[in-house]
Amino acid sequence: MRWKSDTYSGWGRALSADGDLARPERISALKGLPPTPAFGARRSYGDACLNSDGRAIDMTRLDRILSFDPESGEVEAEAGVAVGELARIFAPQGWIPTVMPGTGFATVGGAIGMDVHGKNHHRDGAFGNHVKAIRLIHQGKAKTITPEKNAMLFKATLGGLGQTGLIVSARLQMTPIPGLAMKVRESRAGDLDEHLALLDASDAPYTVGWIDATAKGDALGRGIVEEGEHSGDLPPRDGKAKTVPADAPRFALSKPVVKAFNARYYNRIPEEGRTRLRTMSDFFFPLDRVLNWNRLYGKHGFHQFQCVVPTDAVETLRGMIDSVARSGLASPLAVLKRLGSQSAGFLSFPMEGYTLAVDFPNRARAQGLIRSLGEQTAQAGGRIYLAKDSLADGATIKAMYPDWTKWQAEADKADPERLLETDLIRRLDLRST
Amino acid sequence: MPGHTTTETWIILGATSSMARALSRALAEQGHALLLAGRDTEDMKRLAADCDARGAAWAQAVAFDARKPATFTPLIEKLSEQEGMLNAAVFVGSMPEQSAIDEDPSLIDGTVTDSFTGPARFLQMMAPLIEARGGGTVVGIGSVAGDRGRVGNYVYGAAKAGFHTYLSGLRNRLGRSGAHVVTVKPGFVDTAMTWGIEGMFLVAPPEKVAQDILRAVERKKNVIYTPFFWRYIMLIIRSIPEPIFKKLSI
Repeated sequence: MRWKSDTYSGWGRALSADGDLARPERISALKGLPPTPAFGARRSYGDACLNSDGRAIDMTRLDRILSFDPESGEVEAEAGVAVGELARIFAPQGWIPTVMPGTGFATVGGAIGMDVHGKNHHRDGAFGNHVKAIRLIHQGKAKTITPEKNAMLFKATLGGLGQTGLIVSARLQMTPIPGLAMKVRESRAGDLDEHLALLDASDAPYTVGWIDATAKGDALGRGIVEEGEHSGDLPPRDGKAKTVPADAPRFALSKPVVKAFNARYYNRIPEEGRTRLRTMSDFFFPLDRVLNWNRLYGKHGFHQFQCVVPTDAVETLRGMIDSVARSGLASPLAVLKRLGSQSAGFLSFPMEGYTLAVDFPNRARAQGLIRSLGEQTAQAGGRIYLAKDSLADGATIKAMYPDWTKWQAEADKADPERLLETDLIRRLDLRST
Repeated sequence: MPGHTTTETWIILGATSSMARALSRALAEQGHALLLAGRDTEDMKRLAADCDARGAAWAQAVAFDARKPATFTPLIEKLSEQEGMLNAAVFVGSMPEQSAIDEDPSLIDGTVTDSFTGPARFLQMMAPLIEARGGGTVVGIGSVAGDRGRVGNYVYGAAKAGFHTYLSGLRNRLGRSGAHVVTVKPGFVDTAMTWGIEGMFLVAPPEKVAQDILRAVERKKNVIYTPFFWRYIMLIIRSIPEPIFKKLSI
């Protein structure tokens, strides 16, 4: 296998690494390989997919579907298969992955390593809740682990940041769908209380709130709540993907531009709301239609802050949104969602509560704001999402994840020499006590 | 793809390459039957499963080694048992570093067998089957390296040039019975062969090459460059006079 020296980064592009990368195309290339960190589509934002001054394996060419049972909807796929590709292939046959993150480009291996969630977390849990088996190269040997036979190792692998071994393939339970369309109800929420009330009251299978993070005062927390369900009706046609050809200049996402954009985005929904049919990719992966949208933030990249706070911490949430709005730093990409209580792994992000995600261009002032949002999250008993983080410190993160020591014990058993450590693991010092 | 109602059988030689993988998948999504031939049978079984899941009529991994003609006969037999049109896509080839060949000239034999004489011999055995069915397509993957000998890889280039000429003759022959031959000359493609090699530019994803091949098959093109602009790059490179060209290292 050939190694290529390269500089690479996660989706946020604020952090990067210099190192040697290999991209095997055959399964036999993994035999005899010393333990090496691996990544998929590098759709995590920070440094979870980076290994500075070391080696890393790009798994995106190990992307075959190994088996599919059209009766049960069970699929076994190599780690590099994109979740959206599974949906594209199997939706016409009546099945989609039970949990799909906000981008279809995320891979099966990445979705396991981060235990990602989707718009249906409140109902169906996270990605890991539907993983039936994982093929792992563990201490030099390939083995298949299941939640029944390897309970601790399995929980340490779901959301486990790749520290228990190389994820080669996984068996997933998909969900049956009646057709290719989504019936989506869009409603305006005039302020945060209305927004949260809509999210709380929704009994739709898929729910997500877009939040206007520039709105202040009476309009603080206003946004659009989308409630989706599958539909057997004929979907509209999918548009063609566009691409951002170059890094955008700084004013592209400056305060007046974002404010104007958000006002239009909010007002396009009639006051009484509306219901319409959308394609699945448009509903699940709205940003995937613009390839390389991360370039809109320019060459310095951006950060995404994502936290979850308990449902009784509404005042903390209000304070956080208020400081984001006052900062004038937010981008149009801000999401509010209610998460359920299901959690699959020791380091899984989801917990019962409200999750808030906001993008910020990578500037000193934004970093200060993100740190302060992290402190408020910690005080409220909430959590920061490691798939997004690039600024938190180890003590804060360890306090947020009560099962951290259990994960650490399993990771140490699996990789005693800590050869699988990544930049994120080192920054947060997650493998040391 | 709409418009394909009849199932055809395709044999893919060198199916483990990423270009072959992309073409196999596209053919599977059109519902064709696939014989995936190559040396790494374990890996091709995974590709066969993948093509099955994507809608292939059926997909099977079979052993093929360009250097072992004994592996050809069972495949020819297998093909003769299939009903309907028979098609082939040839992706086999090997490209040792020119410096390795300079040290060990015997590597030339293997390079020529993998990239030219092995697949030519197989196609020669398959040609009567294709003629008997009165149609079908052969896709041969050549290379822009075969358009002009360059200091960096002239042995590989020479083998591919030989294959180009062979394909041109085969096209002349099979055309008489309604079958067609497409010569594909890829430029730089993002594969394991080019990963980490310096000096690559305008690198195309394998899926783009597969789309170009399918379009060329549908439109019965004779020789295509993929991506298309390589036709112009090679036009320029071919038009450099030899007295100047021999002093260049491009």
